[in-house]
Amino acid sequence: MKYVILIYNNPAAREVWLGLPAAQRAEGLAVYAALREDLAASGELIVSEALADHSLTKRVAVREGMTLVTDGPFAEVKELLAGFFLVECESMQRAIEYAARVPEAGFGLVEVRPIMDLSGFEM
Amino acid sequence: MSTGQVEDLLRQLAPQVLGPLVRKYGGFDTCEDAVQEALLAAALQWPTEGVPANPKGWLITVASRRRTELWRNESARRRRETADAALAPAEVEPTPDVDDTLNLFLMCCHASLTSVSQVALTLRAVGGLSTAEIARAFLVPEATVAQRISRAKQRIRASGAEFRMPPEAERAARIQAVLEVLYLIFNEGYTASSGSTLHRVELTTEAIRLTRQLREQLPADGEVAGLLALMLLTDARRPARTRPDGALVPLAEQDRRKWDARAIAEGVSLITDTLGSAPIGPYQLQAAIAAVHAEAARADDTDWPQILALYRLLSSLAPGPMVTLNRIVAVAMVDGPRTGLHQLAAAEADPALAGHHRVDAVRAHLLELAGDPEAARACYQLAARRTLNIPEQRYLEARAEQLAPRD
Repeated sequence: MKYVILIYNNPAAREVWLGLPAAQRAEGLAVYAALREDLAASGELIVSEALADHSLTKRVAVREGMTLVTDGPFAEVKELLAGFFLVECESMQRAIEYAARVPEAGFGLVEVRPIMDLSGFEM
Repeated sequence: MSTGQVEDLLRQLAPQVLGPLVRKYGGFDTCEDAVQEALLAAALQWPTEGVPANPKGWLITVASRRRTELWRNESARRRRETADAALAPAEVEPTPDVDDTLNLFLMCCHASLTSVSQVALTLRAVGGLSTAEIARAFLVPEATVAQRISRAKQRIRASGAEFRMPPEAERAARIQAVLEVLYLIFNEGYTASSGSTLHRVELTTEAIRLTRQLREQLPADGEVAGLLALMLLTDARRPARTRPDGALVPLAEQDRRKWDARAIAEGVSLITDTLGSAPIGPYQLQAAIAAVHAEAARADDTDWPQILALYRLLSSLAPGPMVTLNRIVAVAMVDGPRTGLHQLAAAEADPALAGHHRVDAVRAHLLELAGDPEAARACYQLAARRTLNIPEQRYLEARAEQLAPRD
């Protein structure tokens, strides 16, 4: 089964992160590197990406055939997608174990969602 | 020989080439890379230049040379200061009387690997499929499969696995792991929706071919025979299980004239012979159930009491949430939908079934049989929301739609 581990960010978590001493920030990054390496070593990693800063987001809307582009995400959104791991694991439980290792999980900013499959058993 | 025939021949020869190389040199990982390159060279040359008189010998020679080159590069990298790179052994002679296919299966399904890695490695090392073919079949990027295979081989090396028969005490569990991997490959192919099969290798065909190879190695093993029969009997229904648009057709509504009669005959004969001669096991029971379905000319002719008896046996031998659900469906067919619904409510206490979309789907089906379309519709809708399969979701939504009140 494929699962996506979604990692969000919010202003409070960013404050905490930026306030950390360099050594602790490096530790946080090392946790990510170790997680990525473990997923690769077990063959369960499909892809992982970090998204660029949300200020670089473009909103796209099509109205009457015209493509309108505006800067930035919705102003009212507090938690923004910051990155993801696409993994293939035997169970949701296993995907959750990996998700729990993401540092943002300490702020309650990590989600696991199953991916819809194109297959289907007969009934 | 056509490109397709060459591909079939190469897949057949792959384990027979890899086996002697590993036996001679050791170093499963480097040998496997070398064989893969030899297969690629043959796939390019043979369709135009013709198949050599001794195709297996040709592949072994090319793979041995390539293996020596890879080995030299590696040793040169590892021990650049010393001059022992020249110590590469001579080319391997084909070992005629030893078939290492079973050892290869056991190596690829080693317990140190996750199941996704076991599947990829088995298809490449024993099945002779390329990384690109495996990636297309499983709808993942080629780089993912390449990484899975190379990291799996690193793990095998690190685990110190040896290329020989495991001791008697371990053997049954190791073979069980191989059967699980083969069944995973089969199901991946069987459940694939028809829309996306273009340019994909047929995983059901590959799984059946590999299980046949395993059976040649273990002709007296009842569970190997049972798995092969189960695959044949299930795959026989494939032409009837989807509509041209990819929509699923439930077993009861399939056009049974479309079933593959030859595969059914082989599967039924195989399971009949096996049940009388080997200790019973879960794959044999599942094959026996598939055989009972296959022998009913119409859905109404299905021998449900026999299916129920087989599911009861399976529940005691290898209990599991899906076995429970299938047993409850059989109960409903024998003792009526209300009895089935009653047992379903009790089964939901199992945490593996609580909130599972298949419970909702079965409940919907039983409510429909019991003449409660309104409740059935709500359960179909709930199941549709909870399923993880797009064709299943469409099917469940359509069932709910059929039960919508008309005015």
